[in-house]
Amino acid sequence: MEILVCARRVPDTSENEIELNSTGNDIERDDLVYSINEWDNYAVEEALQITAKVGGNVTVATIGSEEDEEILRREMAMGAHHGVLINDGAFTGSDGHGIATILAAFVRKGHYDLVLTGVQAEDGGAQVGGMLAAMLDYPFASLVNSIEVLDGKLKISREIAGGNREINEIDLPCVLSIQTGINEPRYVGMRGIRQVASIPIPTPSASDLGIDPATVGAAAAKVRRVDYFLPALGKGAEILQGSREENIDKLIELVAAKGGLK
Amino acid sequence: MLEGIQSPAQATYWLVSGQTLFLVIHLLGLACFAYIVARRLTPLFRAQSDFRFDRPFTRLGKVLKFWLGQWRHPRYRAAGIMHILIFAGFILLATRAFSLVLGIADRVALPEGIGHLYDIIKDYATTIVFVCMVIAAGRRLVFKPARYAVPARYGKAHTADAIFLLALIALLMVGDSLFAASKAAFQTRLGQPVDFLAVLSLPWMLKNVLLSASLPTLQHLHLGGFLAHDLTFFFLLCYRPFGIQFHVETSLFTVFFAKLDRGTLKPVRWDVSDEHLDQVKSFGVKTFEDFTWKHMLDFYSCADCGRCSDNCPANAVGRPLSPRFITIKARDYAFQHYPMLGKAGNGKALIGNLYTEDEIWSCTTCGACEEECPLLVEYIDKIVDLRRGMVDDGNVPQSLQKPLKALESRGNPYGKMEKKKVDWTRDREFQQTCDVKILDGKNGADTLYFVDSITSYDDRMQAIGRATARILDHVGTSFGILGAAEKDSGHDVRRFGEETLFMALRDHNVNAIKDCGVKRIVTADPHAYNALKHDYKDVPPVEHISQAIAREVKAGKIKFNPVENGNVYTYHDPCYLGRHNQVYDDPRDVLDAIPGLKRVEMTRSRDRSFCCGGGGLMLFYEPKEDQRIGVKRVQMAAEAGANVIVTACPFCMVNIEDAIKVAGLEGKMTAIDLAELVDQQIAREPQAVVEGHGFSRAVRARQDSGL
Amino acid sequence: MARIFAYIVHKAGMVDDSAAELLAAARKIDPAAAPTAIVTGWGTDLDTVCTTLQSSYGEVWKIAAEPLAYPNAELIRKALVKVLPQGSILLVAHEHFGIDLAPGLSIKLNSMFVSDVLGIEGVDNTALKVVRQEFGGQVSAHVRCDISLGAVITARPGAFKPLESTPINGFVLDKSPEVGALAAGRRYLETVVAEAGDVDITKHNVLVSIGRGIQEKDNVAIAQELADALGAAVSCSRPVVDAKWLEKSRQVGTSGKTVKPKVYIACGISGAFQHLAGIKGNPFIVAINKNPKAPIFQVADVGIVDDLLEFLPEFTNKVREMRTVAAK
Repeated sequence: MEILVCARRVPDTSENEIELNSTGNDIERDDLVYSINEWDNYAVEEALQITAKVGGNVTVATIGSEEDEEILRREMAMGAHHGVLINDGAFTGSDGHGIATILAAFVRKGHYDLVLTGVQAEDGGAQVGGMLAAMLDYPFASLVNSIEVLDGKLKISREIAGGNREINEIDLPCVLSIQTGINEPRYVGMRGIRQVASIPIPTPSASDLGIDPATVGAAAAKVRRVDYFLPALGKGAEILQGSREENIDKLIELVAAKGGLK
Repeated sequence: MLEGIQSPAQATYWLVSGQTLFLVIHLLGLACFAYIVARRLTPLFRAQSDFRFDRPFTRLGKVLKFWLGQWRHPRYRAAGIMHILIFAGFILLATRAFSLVLGIADRVALPEGIGHLYDIIKDYATTIVFVCMVIAAGRRLVFKPARYAVPARYGKAHTADAIFLLALIALLMVGDSLFAASKAAFQTRLGQPVDFLAVLSLPWMLKNVLLSASLPTLQHLHLGGFLAHDLTFFFLLCYRPFGIQFHVETSLFTVFFAKLDRGTLKPVRWDVSDEHLDQVKSFGVKTFEDFTWKHMLDFYSCADCGRCSDNCPANAVGRPLSPRFITIKARDYAFQHYPMLGKAGNGKALIGNLYTEDEIWSCTTCGACEEECPLLVEYIDKIVDLRRGMVDDGNVPQSLQKPLKALESRGNPYGKMEKKKVDWTRDREFQQTCDVKILDGKNGADTLYFVDSITSYDDRMQAIGRATARILDHVGTSFGILGAAEKDSGHDVRRFGEETLFMALRDHNVNAIKDCGVKRIVTADPHAYNALKHDYKDVPPVEHISQAIAREVKAGKIKFNPVENGNVYTYHDPCYLGRHNQVYDDPRDVLDAIPGLKRVEMTRSRDRSFCCGGGGLMLFYEPKEDQRIGVKRVQMAAEAGANVIVTACPFCMVNIEDAIKVAGLEGKMTAIDLAELVDQQIAREPQAVVEGHGFSRAVRARQDSGL
Repeated sequence: MARIFAYIVHKAGMVDDSAAELLAAARKIDPAAAPTAIVTGWGTDLDTVCTTLQSSYGEVWKIAAEPLAYPNAELIRKALVKVLPQGSILLVAHEHFGIDLAPGLSIKLNSMFVSDVLGIEGVDNTALKVVRQEFGGQVSAHVRCDISLGAVITARPGAFKPLESTPINGFVLDKSPEVGALAAGRRYLETVVAEAGDVDITKHNVLVSIGRGIQEKDNVAIAQELADALGAAVSCSRPVVDAKWLEKSRQVGTSGKTVKPKVYIACGISGAFQHLAGIKGNPFIVAINKNPKAPIFQVADVGIVDDLLEFLPEFTNKVREMRTVAAK
């Protein structure tokens, strides 16, 4: 089975304290640590486990520039057979629709039985997988937390409310968005990355993929972030000083306002 | 009527002359033994290299102390004394055995006087060994010490095998004694000069029993005793390499080639330097053949005494690790896959077949097993090598992947930002009393305080950092910290098998340390201390803060206010300060220098200290266990009658403070770091300090604030 | 202004809470909006749902088809493409169904997609301005979206407060005949219900988390009752697991789970570093602790210094009371 995993390099929220820059138009990126989007890492591990069982190759592709190559190396150190850096200045500033457009063009150039994405990215919104599938007219399933390969199709389960699982059958080729916890991704250390350091990584451009630059990039993006701001945050707790009853009323009000009384 | 008793050499056994028969037995026995040993050595030649040929005199010293001197045996009183007796008996009887089986002579060719003395010795030696066999069998069958038990998951009990071996040795002694006794009885009956037999020895008693036997019976017993001894001897010789008795042959070599340097770890490959490690295809131990030859020798030498596991904290709380079976399982693997006949080796992965992942991750590397092993069998290096193999295969628990990734990207396991590394010094109250410099090579401090991750970032442990800094300040040390330039020491990164990441952290720190131009390093973290001392090269000498304090106390630079709280203190030895670095006395001396401080020792202290649960990455690992190791430890402190546990390691503090709560001892027991206690008790009277020299800012601040 | 629709999720004849929230979201886009509800399904349950929705939505579009008996987003997407007018705005709740349906639908409708919206600040010409969260909720962002070609918007459940309104008498429009035959490359087989006790605390928006302050195993029930009343799950700190009062799967912290709830109610948790490291996504933290110096108060948003064994039951009662009132 030929599997494509679409991955992204993102600031790692578990190792960063995200702060705003002085103008508020972006986060402070100087001290940030980047890594592969956590969901995408699970997707690669899943792809590797599938090909280990049924054979085939895993290709990891990302849209970005030279600095994004590191995540491809990391996933190749995990065992991915190929890494592809889809790189063109015209892609800069693409919104979800633009990213899906580029990936769809890339998928059409190859022969993939299965395309995996992460459910969402740290700064995105669970959109690319579904858009990509629709552009390709492939069946799609989101929040996938198990995959079993059958003949010409897959048996998958989706994570739904309350820890329940929805079992589906889906025809190949298809696009799946992978949920964390589907597997236990293997560890990749510096040593593994060094060992794949010299493997060439192709870098197809917009023209290589037959993409009209007008359909992607910042100019084509119709969904745009205007600014960042910090959610209200107090220093230290506001200690409720009322009677127990007053405190409870106040607390219910606060919790409800934060979506805790759904 | 017979003229004299016929010696086995002269006799005829089933139409074969004794001389021929015994020559055949002996040659056959030796040939078998040689073949068996050669087969046993096969895996050692396929093993990884191991550099064990340096410092021959130190090694000889080890042999004299631990092998000939049986140094560690009395740590288990009864079994130890018995082993010493048996060992001594064997050594003494070795000459006799060789004379019997080689020369088939009646008497060792020793000068008359010495020969006579030797006769006395060997009679008693035989007797003692025999008695020991009976007692040992009794222990195994009746008293059944817990440490010999084999938990179900490790297979069947080893009792039958043990009893069989004891019986064989007893038979050896009886055969020998019967040989001598029957001859003496024979001589007595004929009124001939009687060979000397030591009074109340086994042969002497047998002789007296046999005095009434007929002469032909005695003759038969004489020949039979010899044959029995001879056959048993060669049977044992060839049987020993199939079980724990092989240590009789191998222990001498195991001790000679034992690891000489505490606190160190073996390199990934002895035959590959750090710079060339990238070219090594596979790291660590994945298959049996990835062990070094010395480690394989260890497997053969294990006598299955169970002392390692008896002292193992992981084993004590039901983690799936028993060091004894790390060895026994590997030995059985060697026996099975390197058989006497047929093809050797199968190259199968050890993890998942012989060992489980959890088994290998469960070790805290506290070193209690190695400290106890009478034969100096190594464990930590093997565990780390197995972990290296797992890390190389990407086989790392999810709970450890996060901190490892954070260490790679951020230089600390918590993923905290580098610039926050100095936050602990920014505490307002602290900053007014003690100004901690950040060293950049220009501000001329001669001492580096290496803080390490946990003390820098953990709210609770930051207090240890501040106490340490105030102490250094009090004694007038010109010191500073690396601040954001300091990365995790990598001590436990290395011990968890991530050598490449460790090397990156080490190289970064070594450069940072060199750049700051200090002459010495102090740390309050024994893990950092051990790393700087043993894992790093070319850094200035390093001291643990307890050593520095002890020195300053002795020099009179630190004076203490008396403790007046009625508390009973006990000192918990951190593994990487105590066992791995032998710093036992300095912290105790410091405590004893505090007037009025009442200190008790826990039963398990000093080199038998019981691990707190493990530091470094062990804090992130989720072991399968019935109980937390730390809970056992605080219970030990309670049993000793203490209500304050003093330790000298931030990781011990995490584990012990948690354990106090879990054990329900909150309010009854507290934990304090040695540096914190010292900082509390230091007498900072202004008159004791000469103005302008070593004048503590703390004192000034207190004076200013009117305290 | 484009026509606004709200796709309403329902189960066993019960309308999802998001129905009222999406209505509120629609009014944020256009205060004068009279959004149309769309429901899909089969059988009498669907009729019950339509009846319920009529009281809040002026117009309810019903798509009844046997293949839609189970909400398979792949089929529903095809159905919606056939019935939705060009340029319309569709609101969907951002949960497992919305995530499945919405992005692909936006492509098929040739409209925009904005996901996981927490706030809507209104429309300026053809630009819709919304609030989203990024980096696990550590920062918020204003996002502008051109809706001249229509849009599919998923709204974070609980983010839009239902409006107070008097019931209206809307009408139901049966759109089923427009849909035609439905088939997709993905077929629903069955639902596997999670085993009892198998609570995944990482997936809950509200956690009632207990520490050693809960004192003994029997008291865990006090927290569970509050959690039940809130629709939350009970999580805990390590000592609670060590004492075997709760399963390991409930533990938050470096050696436990990393959770990203919206609201975290820390009961009797001191707030050790190892525990706090497991709380991500900048939730609203409520700390209830007897000890006013407990470090948890440093990181909490709101603190109550009280005996939780007395406080929690009263809190629970009040929540229950409120729920009954709301239900009436």
